[in-house]
Amino acid sequence: MASTAMYTTIEHHDDHFGAHGHHKETFLTKYIFSQDHKMIAKQFLITGIIMAVIGMFLSILFRIQLGWPDKTFPLLETFLGKWAEGGRIKPDFYLALVTIHGTIMVFFVLTTGLSGTFSNLLIPLQIGARDMASPFLNMLSYWLFFISSVIMLSSFFVQSGPASAGWTIYPPLSALPKAISGSGTGMTLWLISMVLFIASSLMGSLNYISTVLNMRTKGMDLWKMPLTVWAFFITAIVGVLSFPVLVAGVVLLIFDRSFGTSFYLSDIVLSGQILPNQGGSPILFEHLFWFLGHPEVYIIIMPAFGITSEVISTNSRKPIFGYHAMVYSLIGIAVLSFIVWGHHMFVTGMNPFLGGVFMITTLIIAVPSAVKTFNYLATLWRGNIRFSPAMLFGIGLVSFFISGGLTGIFLGNAALDIPLHDTYFVVAHFHLVMGSAAIFGMLCGVYHWFPKMFGRMMDEKLGYLHFWITFIGAYLVFFPMHFMGLDGVPRRYYAFTEFEFMKEWLTVNKLISWAAIIAGLGQIAFLYNFFHSIFYGKKASQNPWQSNTLEWTTPVERLHGNWPGEIPTVYRWPYDYSKPGHPEDFIPQTVPFSQTMSSNLPHDFEGNTEAERIQEEWNKQHETQRVD
Amino acid sequence: MAQIPTEQDRQNLKAKKFLVWLFIVSSFILFAGFTSGFIVYTAGSPNRGIKTILPHTFIYSTAIIILSSVTMHLAYLSGKRLQFGKQKLFLVLTILLGIAFFYAQLTAWGTLIKQGVYFINYNASQSFIYVFTGMHLLHIFAGLIMVLTALIGKIRNISQVRNMFRLETTSIFWHFIDILWIYIYVFLLLNQ
Repeated sequence: MASTAMYTTIEHHDDHFGAHGHHKETFLTKYIFSQDHKMIAKQFLITGIIMAVIGMFLSILFRIQLGWPDKTFPLLETFLGKWAEGGRIKPDFYLALVTIHGTIMVFFVLTTGLSGTFSNLLIPLQIGARDMASPFLNMLSYWLFFISSVIMLSSFFVQSGPASAGWTIYPPLSALPKAISGSGTGMTLWLISMVLFIASSLMGSLNYISTVLNMRTKGMDLWKMPLTVWAFFITAIVGVLSFPVLVAGVVLLIFDRSFGTSFYLSDIVLSGQILPNQGGSPILFEHLFWFLGHPEVYIIIMPAFGITSEVISTNSRKPIFGYHAMVYSLIGIAVLSFIVWGHHMFVTGMNPFLGGVFMITTLIIAVPSAVKTFNYLATLWRGNIRFSPAMLFGIGLVSFFISGGLTGIFLGNAALDIPLHDTYFVVAHFHLVMGSAAIFGMLCGVYHWFPKMFGRMMDEKLGYLHFWITFIGAYLVFFPMHFMGLDGVPRRYYAFTEFEFMKEWLTVNKLISWAAIIAGLGQIAFLYNFFHSIFYGKKASQNPWQSNTLEWTTPVERLHGNWPGEIPTVYRWPYDYSKPGHPEDFIPQTVPFSQTMSSNLPHDFEGNTEAERIQEEWNKQHETQRVD
Repeated sequence: MAQIPTEQDRQNLKAKKFLVWLFIVSSFILFAGFTSGFIVYTAGSPNRGIKTILPHTFIYSTAIIILSSVTMHLAYLSGKRLQFGKQKLFLVLTILLGIAFFYAQLTAWGTLIKQGVYFINYNASQSFIYVFTGMHLLHIFAGLIMVLTALIGKIRNISQVRNMFRLETTSIFWHFIDILWIYIYVFLLLNQ
């Protein structure tokens, strides 16, 4: 190592950062092929928002079919052509809509849109780094994501339509190109898109982990990191450990589809013909898929948790309740997430004993989740709450996480899951606990860090409007689904009115569809607010929320390299809000304890006896003043 | 002023080297996924399983790849001792051994086909042999590109810091794919 160090000093590099190290930036290098983490974060965010709008639009299309199964809408035929002949969505296209809606929302919006945006934006800014470990890899990660988004959407423009086997693409349906029209070219495109997506997401995760571990500024030890960074860090680790397994599953699926192997296929009769494939096991795919699939839902929700922790603490003007417990519960959730995948497979003929094991591990996850929930509530308790739009969305996340999490306890029980499996109860559960909760976490982050990203503020009034429409809308959409599920209405059915016992749910479906349409229209308030504020919003001050974390010490103009001079040093944890004895209700992480003698507490010094002695002396000198 | 950027660069190289380790972790998980898939699949029915004798070529390929790890390490050591002629020589040797490994694996596939063990197979346990070795060959291919980049870098006479960085990352990765092959081979032998 000594020799390496010696040569480093001789070496001259021209790509160093710092105040004097600016390159000439062209439009192309600044906005398109940018290697600056802040610009990449914005690219991820805007791509994510576009994908979210598309995903939402798809859901409204199939809500129209579910709410009004007997009506015709000639307008649909105008836009969708043969997929909505006579103004009604065709069954094949309905399945495609459901599949692509799920895929876009789970992977493109809530995995990459959320992690990609906020990990990229906040990790370097909050740990005090100039950029990511590998800015080039970071750029590559975005562009692979972009290409995979384009490929996913391009499947709407092929003759046979997009993939329609559900976002979980279970074989044999997905493995046989002739099984349904969506399993043809559409499925191939889906697989290509997902392989690129996984590559992109892995590159991102590797970068996040390496940056957090290697590039923290002076004084920023792990226990001084904001919970956002903890959450992104643990999310990235979960991603690195689970996504490769999906690759394994997908590779075998590609072999089955295109090369004629029999990993997943056996004993199949397709349109009167017996297929030659023998000996395969479709359950094998489910194992491989859900080994990723379950950690995936935590990959989605954990960044949202991190964002919410930060926002709730800042806007309650109180330290986060149980900082260490928050971190340990994140770790607990991450570890447990790898040993619960079997609860998606209770009805696959699983050995009941094994089912019991998965049931127990699943129910244990309720413990760290409850720790987090109670900590949020305890942070809010008697706080000096500022109801900013970001704060409302943060509280919204807590609300959805509670109401959706409770039904998780139902579904984790094998005995209850058997009747509830694949009904609307499941749809209600995961749309509340991971869909709505995570999207609220994401919106919470957008409202909170918008000034950091664009140097301007979003409009608060539109924010409130957006929040209430979305909040009420989401509950109106997903809450009634519980009751449908309890009655046995299965998910993914195109026309359940064909069944006598489900006909009575038609009115409920109309309500849900109306709620979905109105909540969807409510998003216009957000889109207008977002894009309008980028250019015409009120100019932001450097630290508009009076927050403690490092990103608010950077100048409002966003520099490449983040800080014009030296990177600030960190002296304290990020949650010194309303500390007794301090004149202001926040103390940034960069303020040393020597400047806050009036508010220091014995445990602040972490056993440094010299510092404790100095503090005690100071206390004695100022005792008389304190009494006043 | 010159001290600050170099300090940053060194930190940054450390972070980049760490990326290689993380990639190795994810790559190992991929193979853990495949091998656990194999175990789950094979346990499903007594008709499944490898049910053949693995080609002897695999023993030769094991020897080749271990040897290539040795030459890779020698290249790294010579780079560190500033013996650049030797470094280039050992890198070339590593590339040749890597290609030899590639060839040996393809020969082994030929032997398997002669034994009636096809990729398209109703006993997918046998198909898995091709998946393991094929995905490993992909890694060898990536490794060869890395060795080649290190070699070209030295021929173009890049700075010693970057040369050492390339050598270090390449040798970490190359040793990994060596160990990965041993893992796969032992796994197959145990399930034979």
